[in-house]
Amino acid sequence: MTRRPNDEIPKFSDTEAVTPQLFAIGPTALALEPLVSAIAVDSDGVDGAVVTFLGLVRNHNQGRRVQYLEYEAYEPLALKAFERIDREVRERWPGMRLALHHRTGRLEIGESSVAIVTASPHRADAFAACRYVIERVKQIVPVWKREYFDGGDVWIEGATADPEDDAARARAERIACA
Amino acid sequence: MRVTVRLFARLRDIAGAAEMPREIPAGSTIRTVWTQLAGEFPGMAAYERSMSSALNADYARMDAEVHEGDEIAFLPPVSGG
Repeated sequence: MTRRPNDEIPKFSDTEAVTPQLFAIGPTALALEPLVSAIAVDSDGVDGAVVTFLGLVRNHNQGRRVQYLEYEAYEPLALKAFERIDREVRERWPGMRLALHHRTGRLEIGESSVAIVTASPHRADAFAACRYVIERVKQIVPVWKREYFDGGDVWIEGATADPEDDAARARAERIACA
Repeated sequence: MRVTVRLFARLRDIAGAAEMPREIPAGSTIRTVWTQLAGEFPGMAAYERSMSSALNADYARMDAEVHEGDEIAFLPPVSGG
């Protein structure tokens, strides 16, 4: 529908969802649809593909029956790491657009801990970039999960975070483009 | 001079605090702060090779100089996603 210049601008009630930020970290539950909408705003019609990824809390890990997870983050640095990953993505896949949210706090089995949306003219690039982003999240974003399982709890420790580690970055790209 | 140390995940558990003010000599680096902490909390020393450090919410190397009022963070290996 085309709006004429003199038409009144539609008003939204307070309950109307506002366009979410492309990058966010915090305790709010994640949803893909608002991210897909947010990324579509800048599309200008060039997109041929939107790829979405949700990371979920799984009920088992390394032979343990998981009860729930608690996520902790160094939030200001996490947001900078998101922006860094975004820059890397656009270096590797010019024109790619990214939305990335990570959740913190207690998450139950089946809840989403991370949501990634990539958009680009071609699906192969959007799929590859989406995979690249989750690998980089696991490498360099300052977020930690504590696993509560039947019989105890443990901090999960993965990668030593070093954004300047080019070998890690190359590894993420290899996985993404395999 | 006075700086603030931020600790996360298991490092926070070892120290029993997420944030602590520290008094350090002028001209100190992040390494000075780490060495002091690791001396005080022996459980931390094991993280010397695997942890990352940050200065005022930016990743920084251990030889980065710190200044009055800076926030220094020590980060165990990450496990997001």
